[in-house]
Amino acid sequence: MPGIKLSEKAIGLIKTICSDFGNQGSELINVLHQVQGKLGYLPAEVQEVIAKELNISVAKVYGVVTFYSFFTMIPMGEHPISICMGTACYVRGAEQVLSEFKRQLKVEVGQSTPDGKFSLNCLRCVGACGLAPVVLVGEKVFGRVSPQMVKTIIAEYKEVGASEVKSA
Amino acid sequence: MAEYNMHILVCGGTGCMASQSELIQTNFKNKLNEYGLADEIQVILTGCFGFCEKGPIVKILPDNTFYTRVTPEDVPEIVDEHIIKGRKLERLLYLNPETNERIGDSKGMDFYKKQIRIALRNCGFINPENIEEYIARHGYSALGTCLSEKSPAEVIRMVKDSGLRGRGGGGFPTGLKWELTRKSFSDQKYVVCNADEGDPGAFMDRSILEGDPHSVLEAMAICGFCIGADKGLVYIRAEYPLAIERLKIAIGQAREYGLLGNDILGTGFNFDIEIRYGAGAFVCGEETALIHSMEGQRGEPTVKPPFPAEKGYNGKPTNVNNVETFANIPVIINKGAEWFASIGTEKSKGTKVFALAGNINNVGLIEVPMGITLREIIYDIGGGIKDGREFKAVQTGGPSGGCLTKSFLDTPIDYDNLVAAGSMMGSGGMIVLDDSSCMVAIAKFYLEFTLEESCGKCTPCRIGNKRLYEILEKITDGKGELEDLNRLRMLSNVIKDTSLCGLGQTSPNPVLSTLDNFYDEYLAHVNSSTCPAGQCKALVNYTIDADKCTGCTLCFRNCPVGAISGEKRGLHYIVQSLCIKCGVCFEKCKFDAVLIA
Repeated sequence: MPGIKLSEKAIGLIKTICSDFGNQGSELINVLHQVQGKLGYLPAEVQEVIAKELNISVAKVYGVVTFYSFFTMIPMGEHPISICMGTACYVRGAEQVLSEFKRQLKVEVGQSTPDGKFSLNCLRCVGACGLAPVVLVGEKVFGRVSPQMVKTIIAEYKEVGASEVKSA
Repeated sequence: MAEYNMHILVCGGTGCMASQSELIQTNFKNKLNEYGLADEIQVILTGCFGFCEKGPIVKILPDNTFYTRVTPEDVPEIVDEHIIKGRKLERLLYLNPETNERIGDSKGMDFYKKQIRIALRNCGFINPENIEEYIARHGYSALGTCLSEKSPAEVIRMVKDSGLRGRGGGGFPTGLKWELTRKSFSDQKYVVCNADEGDPGAFMDRSILEGDPHSVLEAMAICGFCIGADKGLVYIRAEYPLAIERLKIAIGQAREYGLLGNDILGTGFNFDIEIRYGAGAFVCGEETALIHSMEGQRGEPTVKPPFPAEKGYNGKPTNVNNVETFANIPVIINKGAEWFASIGTEKSKGTKVFALAGNINNVGLIEVPMGITLREIIYDIGGGIKDGREFKAVQTGGPSGGCLTKSFLDTPIDYDNLVAAGSMMGSGGMIVLDDSSCMVAIAKFYLEFTLEESCGKCTPCRIGNKRLYEILEKITDGKGELEDLNRLRMLSNVIKDTSLCGLGQTSPNPVLSTLDNFYDEYLAHVNSSTCPAGQCKALVNYTIDADKCTGCTLCFRNCPVGAISGEKRGLHYIVQSLCIKCGVCFEKCKFDAVLIA
């Protein structure tokens, strides 16, 4: 991955978050949550700043970031698509829905489309099992999704920016 | 509080919120304002009603009217008909599929008849964001009783006598755990609530936190009083934003009312609660892993002993209980240990919440007495198998559990019977499978989950499960051999025997249990390269039956890859080299002309 030059503003933000948590190593997970919430993802350069601020090794930060599935080192698409792969969704056909998304977007799980519009991910149970299979685009939940609906869902987001899509 | 003549309860659980229940609430409020009824009728966004299949749910009190699949557009009609004219709106009432009758009162619904709600007692009844509604239903009275009338030892005695066992999966006696932590000597102790619900397909903890967060806070304070801790921590998944939000509101309100903080109820007892966030790791459901995660480290388990009761968070004695376990505590204190122990079986007391999901008519959250049979759950409460298909198995205990077949339909469900049947209680996921599910593929599905979630510390779990997965993949690809079935069994047993924590020790259970109960299905994959359920793609071909095809072109129009050719009103056929085996043609065909072979 090519190196990223962090802006002064981003570095300042990370430092503020770290000091909010008293620059304590034991607060690492809380710090990571906050930073990812602001920056969207946690590339190596960000981890280096955090490690320095909390006075722990970069290896330790990296170890924690890669351990938990919630943390990501690659940026998400403008419209992150998540397919629920919980058991309830699986037995009601989530796998077919996922492969249809892969086919339509021509990306694998964990990747983004070249235009940065969509990223594709799986997640485990959003707890809306009554609506299985469930797909999330951003915060919006689509329930009882069939492979045939995939095209329509993508089309809904293709031309518009994130803010323009109203919750249906 | 104002007096209301009528209450409109709108389900605010995650499932129903995804179906716009918030807008339904707003529409109700606006409509009632229009009629000038806002002071007489209260609209409340409650926790989960449990009947997720038919959500969004709207319930109207005092007459218990239960409306299902309500849309925001239905609201004006409900107000006009039900509120103004006093007539129930027939078309939105629950339809009993057997009698074809509409049921107006939720008490008459089979889904609720066999349930006993203890942990879920307030879910769907109160506004979880208002502490006064919790207090009105005896909330915090158990804490008051404990602090002013009982000694810690007496309360622990009660919890022990009630027979309550850990609801997170292990089933360890809760009272005993409290006693062990109480006996540890230290200047600082902690109460931890495990809300890191990781079992895919189980959502009871989230529903309790969303629907009745105060019951958990109250129980944690009681636990703190018993073990001698003044600090509580809730470890919750970051993926549960709504539960986190409601928990934060609840903690704030409890502090405001002097039910958390210093000198609670003037008794000199101090206790406060903080929230810690999980970041998506199934293994963190294990106590020691959870504690490491709270300390900001990788959530890897460590050897027990020392148990958290001796050396837990920050090296101090820590009592970890699951959300559902805590939710039972205030009721045990209020109604007595004997009352609680009168429900359930000899060794499993009380109730259990199950997340009923999969190929079943009534998906939802249910709370049933221990000792109920699977048949009652699936057919009476669950309304039977979806689309009239055949029951095949039920999977309990998630990735650590196993499958129960037809022969277990009448076994009373409790901790010990489930283990004897080759599965386990787990956190209470209950996935119903019909005859279209391939059991080898199900075992593979769970293994894939374990592979992703193994923390990598122990070799048998990290590498052994990978090998298990590869063998299963070989079998579902039609390349398996008979010897593979023995390899699966042998390797499974090694992983069970040699892993450190619960995750590794139970990870081969889905494989072993399907091998035991569905050996024929494995044999079919291995010996004749067929998948009896028609699910393993590598082993099936879709073809069109010339005698049945009417040339309606429905399959042709729906095929996503253009693999179907044929003229209108002529015979259609599938070009095998293009077919991606998605099964759309099979689902779409109205004449059963598409065959799976």
